[in-house]
Amino acid sequence: MIKYILIFIALVGLAWLLWPLTKDFSTPEQLNSIASQYVSGSVTDLNSPNVVTSIVVTYRGLDTLGEVTVLFLATAGVGFLLKKKSGSRSQRRDGSEILQSGAGFLAPLIMLFGVYVFTHGHLSPGGGFQGGVLIASGVLLMVMASTSFRFSHLLIQLTESLSGIAYVIIAILGVILLGANHFLDPRILPLGNWLSLFSAGAIPVIYSFLGLKVGAELSAVIESLSADGGEE
Amino acid sequence: MIMLVSGFLLVLIGIWAMLTRKNIIRIIIGFSILDTGIHLIIVAVGFVKGGTAPILDNALLRVPTSVDLSAAVSRVVDPLPSALVLTAIVIGLAVTALLLSFAIRLHKYGRSLDIDVYEEQKW
Repeated sequence: MIKYILIFIALVGLAWLLWPLTKDFSTPEQLNSIASQYVSGSVTDLNSPNVVTSIVVTYRGLDTLGEVTVLFLATAGVGFLLKKKSGSRSQRRDGSEILQSGAGFLAPLIMLFGVYVFTHGHLSPGGGFQGGVLIASGVLLMVMASTSFRFSHLLIQLTESLSGIAYVIIAILGVILLGANHFLDPRILPLGNWLSLFSAGAIPVIYSFLGLKVGAELSAVIESLSADGGEE
Repeated sequence: MIMLVSGFLLVLIGIWAMLTRKNIIRIIIGFSILDTGIHLIIVAVGFVKGGTAPILDNALLRVPTSVDLSAAVSRVVDPLPSALVLTAIVIGLAVTALLLSFAIRLHKYGRSLDIDVYEEQKW
């Protein structure tokens, strides 16, 4: 009983702390200066229509590098906690006929759509993170449909580490080619025509490597959860 | 404003669920609710009245060059919170997977998902 009273007091205290933030908040009528700087800079400097993409890849690119590291750590933690014991077979059954036929038809299309989303991240809503999650959802569909579905761990590891290395190499190329203040600058490649696929410098390249990396990591998570998650 | 209030409410509900529930899976669900509430708050902070998505295609710019740029700037929402939420969602997914694998590991060890069973595990 005393525990519930304490929890109630803690929640009321937190709500009391959060209330001033809500009370004094009013939706702004126009962008603040740094946001409008980002919006106009995305068009004039980077030639990229999707401002969110130019922030994720370029203006806050170092943050994204950190986020990728967090994602890698979480994936490594899952892989470490769910180590596969030799000889233990999970008791999962195969999916139904509908699921198997549907997965065989849909999974390649879903993965292709994932690739489309991360290569067009600078033009339309989407990007590396979303495309990577789409690829992983295709893998999830295959894993659910059939217990015999396996993919090569070596391939996943190679994809993941090579795209991570390529991301860092592109970032350092900015320093080498453009000068010391240009870490992660996508202008090492030509900016191209407005609204064409090969535009905005290295942004599509960086986002494609990000998409491959996120897709490989999340596929590895799904694989280890499915291999070790069942009851013995 | 409504988004902001509902985000704070989701945060409070999530913390309440994490503090009062006994089942580990429900604690993880509480964490997910807290996560979603934080995403809502960040998105609500970035909203601008009458703004649309910050993708400056030709429908927004009308001309394929940067001539009409200031008009486009006045019609989009703040792109920075959207960029933050975009990565936060994926990180949240990975962290939830990590929490679930902790739960699987605990269940293998103690054959139970009740958090009270593991009281002697403190260190």
